[in-house]
Amino acid sequence: MYRYDDFDREYVSARVAEFRGQVERRISGSLTEAEFLPLRLRNGLYLQLHAYMYRIAIPYGTLSSRKLRQLAMIADRWDRGYGHITTRTNIQFNWPKLRDVPDMMQALADVEMHSIQTSGNCVRNVTADHLAGATPEEVEDPRPTAELLRQWSTDHPEFNWLPRKFKIGVTAAPHDRAATKTHDIGLIMRRDETGAVGYEVSIGGGLGRTPLVAKVVREFLPKADLLPYIEAILEVYNLAGRRDNKHKARLKILVHETGLDTLRERIEAAFAVRKAAFLGVSPALLAEIEAAFAPPAFEALPTAGFERAYAADPGFRSWVDTNVEAHRRDDYAIATISLKPLGGTPGDITSDQMRLVADLAESYAHDELRTTHEQNLVLPHLPKAHLPTVYAALKGAKLATANAGLVSDIIACPGMDYCSLATARSIPVAQGIAETFADLDRQRDIGPLKIKISGCINACGHHHVGHIGILGLDRAGVENYQITLGGDATETAAIGDKMGPGFAYDEIVPAVERIIEAYLDLRLEPGETFLEAYRRLGAEPFKAALYQAEARSNAA
Amino acid sequence: MARKFQPQMATGNDLLEGDVVYFTSDGEWSREIGDAALAVNPEAAQELLARASAFPNRVVGVYLVESDIDDCGRAAPAHFREVFRTRGPSNYPQHGRQAERS
Ligand code: SF4
Repeated sequence: MYRYDDFDREYVSARVAEFRGQVERRISGSLTEAEFLPLRLRNGLYLQLHAYMYRIAIPYGTLSSRKLRQLAMIADRWDRGYGHITTRTNIQFNWPKLRDVPDMMQALADVEMHSIQTSGNCVRNVTADHLAGATPEEVEDPRPTAELLRQWSTDHPEFNWLPRKFKIGVTAAPHDRAATKTHDIGLIMRRDETGAVGYEVSIGGGLGRTPLVAKVVREFLPKADLLPYIEAILEVYNLAGRRDNKHKARLKILVHETGLDTLRERIEAAFAVRKAAFLGVSPALLAEIEAAFAPPAFEALPTAGFERAYAADPGFRSWVDTNVEAHRRDDYAIATISLKPLGGTPGDITSDQMRLVADLAESYAHDELRTTHEQNLVLPHLPKAHLPTVYAALKGAKLATANAGLVSDIIACPGMDYCSLATARSIPVAQGIAETFADLDRQRDIGPLKIKISGCINACGHHHVGHIGILGLDRAGVENYQITLGGDATETAAIGDKMGPGFAYDEIVPAVERIIEAYLDLRLEPGETFLEAYRRLGAEPFKAALYQAEARSNAA
Repeated sequence: MARKFQPQMATGNDLLEGDVVYFTSDGEWSREIGDAALAVNPEAAQELLARASAFPNRVVGVYLVESDIDDCGRAAPAHFREVFRTRGPSNYPQHGRQAERS
């Protein structure tokens, strides 16, 4: 794992001291709220509906047991004993008091964590494939790239006040789990004909009010050119991005309005200048970063016990079938810890659960953990030999729900239960759907299905790229939910199609059930997934199920 | 077209605690929505907002919002967002205002 060097340590502790002073001056009244607001946002502190909310960065979703235990301590000492994993793989606490936040920040700094640039018009937490370093699919671990970008972007003087927030995602696997096409810059690592590793660079993706899939601006960028090229993109965006209108200020609008080819020319021109002046990343620094992501010391352990348990215990077997994926080593596995138990809140984890997971990671899984943008946790390096033990421990803590990738593995933003920008609730809708499909056999029969729910047009719940997307709106003072179908966040990224009129709060769960029943009727065979069936059939049969069936049931 | 004026109240969040507070007729801040002062015409509403905004180091994000009136003539939430603000998150009844009341 990447360890802070002296520079990082000094930088973060200087930031804690600075923020402590700012909080004191706000409390004494020498800073106004207007002055304080951008300062607290830059440090991840929001004021929400019922309380402050403190968002903490988890760069590229990578955590150690020490860090997770510290998060548990923070949750208990200054918050209410739980945290919420966000769709940018960060964690947020929902109940901090203003006076306590500098101490929380110090506690983070003690374990090499912080909350810098989790908000504001700057480069946000860089996300990466949550199976990085473990999946057999990848060209190489994408996290050194993410870490390099993190170091480069942190407090970058030129790009500290961009027109709008800026998101970068990176993967090195052909199956895109990092939703790179929904980012301002999406990087996919690949090899050219000579076998050299570089990046396919896409720009202008984003969700929110104007959802757009990123477009490829450079087919292959040599690795050494990454920083000057990214700087060129940001330079062009920084100067030309629309600062006149908040809703048009993201890079995607610039790409859309200017045209990809024109923008590419400008980027290439800026790149030529930057590249000529660029001295390169110091090889020592690069080597240090790469060494920090070296694979753990894998150990060969017998897998016979795992195979026996798999044959004997149906509960274990279905968890393995659903939540466990192939590792780059045959005798290892990648395990998803579902934070979507029946009746739970998507992405929420208690401090006790954090400590348990930290213990498991430390004892059995090379002390490494990941948070995912789908609001789950992952043990990326788990010897198969330890799977039965780990499963048993997770089960005892309600962390072994065998639903990864299934209908109840729902992404839901905090919505109007917490968020001051929300126009409707998301969490209870997710809970209602999970309740309706509580039977795991039924879920497995339905197969892979991604439901994503946002509580407003900002789309933190990624509804546009859900196979079934749900957007909560306020229609004349009543919660109303709009459905989109056919969205996709992966390498075949697509923005979902809007269905007809929205549904009231008490109608939305039955509406989702009708869509799924229509799919079960229409699929060619059980192997045809929801998304495949939707792509084959188009929206019409699903619209019919949504609206005509409703009319029929009223008539019956 | 002129619409019948709906009474308004002034509300915001406590600077230190972050929780929801309402501006009362005696110029104080209360955690009970029923204590909120009601403005019954546009001029009174503007005056209420001005008075409520005079505590910049105690209460932040002050705004006016339409209010219903309950059977006892007290302020009550009109919009569902304001209903949730009087309660707390619906996924955890043990957190937020709702916990203090039960
Ligand atoms: S989508 Fe809207 S409601 Fe949901 S977290 Fe984002 S801003 Fe809040």
